[in-house]
Amino acid sequence: MIWNPDYETLPKGELTRLQDERLGSLVDALYRRVEFFRAKMDAAGVKPRDIRGLADLPGLPFTTKDELRSGYPFELLAVDLKEIVEIHTSSGTTGKPVVDAYTAGDLDTWAESMARTLSAGGATRHDIVQNAYGYGLFTGGLGVHYGARRIGATVLPISGGNTKRQLELMRDFGTTVLTCTPSYALYLAEAMREEGMSTGNLGLRAGFFGAEPWSDNMRVEIQANLGLSAYDIYGLTEIIGPGVAFECENQDGLHVNEDLFFPEIVDPATGRPLPDGQKGELVITTLTKQGTPILRYRTRDITYLDRSACSCGRTTIRMHRLLGRTDDMLIVRGVNVFPSQIEEIILGIEGVEPHYQIIVDRRNQLDSLEVQVEMNERLFSDEIRNLEHTESLIESRLYATLNIHTRVKLVEPKTIARSEGKAKRIIDKRQI
Amino acid sequence: MIVKQVSIFLENSKGRLAEVTRVLAKERVDIRALSLADTSDFGVLRIIVNRPDRCLEVLKEHGFVARTTEVVAVEVEDRPGGMSRVLDALDEAGLNVEYMYAYVAKAGENAVVICKIDEREKALAVLEKKGIPTISAAGLEAL
Repeated sequence: MIWNPDYETLPKGELTRLQDERLGSLVDALYRRVEFFRAKMDAAGVKPRDIRGLADLPGLPFTTKDELRSGYPFELLAVDLKEIVEIHTSSGTTGKPVVDAYTAGDLDTWAESMARTLSAGGATRHDIVQNAYGYGLFTGGLGVHYGARRIGATVLPISGGNTKRQLELMRDFGTTVLTCTPSYALYLAEAMREEGMSTGNLGLRAGFFGAEPWSDNMRVEIQANLGLSAYDIYGLTEIIGPGVAFECENQDGLHVNEDLFFPEIVDPATGRPLPDGQKGELVITTLTKQGTPILRYRTRDITYLDRSACSCGRTTIRMHRLLGRTDDMLIVRGVNVFPSQIEEIILGIEGVEPHYQIIVDRRNQLDSLEVQVEMNERLFSDEIRNLEHTESLIESRLYATLNIHTRVKLVEPKTIARSEGKAKRIIDKRQI
Repeated sequence: MIVKQVSIFLENSKGRLAEVTRVLAKERVDIRALSLADTSDFGVLRIIVNRPDRCLEVLKEHGFVARTTEVVAVEVEDRPGGMSRVLDALDEAGLNVEYMYAYVAKAGENAVVICKIDEREKALAVLEKKGIPTISAAGLEAL
């Protein structure tokens, strides 16, 4: 279902005109109200009057995560603090957190973009949404919450974790829509199996999973084990939280709410814009945000854009599901390795469950890549050579794609830590 | 005759084998024969026990990956050439023994070996024709 056909199916020409106009007001507001952006534009030699539309976007400076951090807490506000009604931040695990300050209008935009997201997966006011994203400063919980409220669904704000309780609620309240990270969805499926719960007796029919990259194979696993249609959603605290882009019923790329958040793809090394279809770093400009608007934010997420028409009727541009992160990218023996590539291969092998871990180490100046895969009943054989065959099969498939040798190690079930939030797939032990 | 073996996946790490035997001891599962095959990363423990179904259940409850496998229990004359006679018979029939290991108790004068053979029924027929006795689960239990 299309929540807001007025914007989501806007003919291209009209959409571009709207974006041109919004970009103009954004640049104007940023130049007048935020010292940080004024200084950057001055340094780049651009004035608001030079920006007539999207075509002029590449002339504007980028904004990086480090710059947002250095503006902590309020330096990047474009309105008076009294206009701000809610504040979220990134986790701050790697430094000062990034602040996203919302005006009432911003919360309205957020609810709108999440209403579009949930509607695209078929959620309506008749649904019971079990929201297992974390509530709090993290944007996942409240973002989904506002969207679910906007479409009139019933929200169960259970937040993340407490798996036993999640299963109870699912059964007792007849949850129809589940929202959480994809790794937690798999964890719930496993817990269900252990409890002897069958999805046939549950009402689950759709799930909205995001906040970490996942793969098509992981989707197959989640859909089969939870008995629902799994939709990928994308967003980030720096921009608004979840609601930036979402999949429709075709599950073929994520429609970007581009009337609100304008996407570009650039070469991560040079910053030069790349043509549609070419893989690179996603850059987003918030077109209507009031509290903490951002110009050309470097997301560090790797994807590509697709402007072809979608049979769902939306005219908005689609981004491919995330292909990795510029900062997650491992460089092993000089080769760029994205964890998502490894996952795709591992999960493509019959019988392998999505419990794996990648360990990078350096011995005698040489990088080594080990992939641990959990044993399960489907993979297990009483004959050693069958098990060794499984290891070498995974190794050869990894080699075919990555072009570097990996060592695959079968480990006992449950030896890889389960996550209730974002899964920790990579352990880099190298001390460089 | 065909008997049920329990096979268990073990990581090559300290205490894993002891954990299996501890679990089985608590359930009073009696291990009658055992073989451990291993690589540098992992091992497969194969055991013949008095109650294979219960044994499997209890191992799974403790989070082990395990399964039962059908194997053949063959009586082997306890003298030079005894083993050779069995393997010759199987070899002649084109049957491949994946692995084998000895059973603890003897059947009278004969030793007992546990063999993993893909075509079990054919193997039984071949052995019977050669006059080589095999032994049932109940027979093993009685030794």
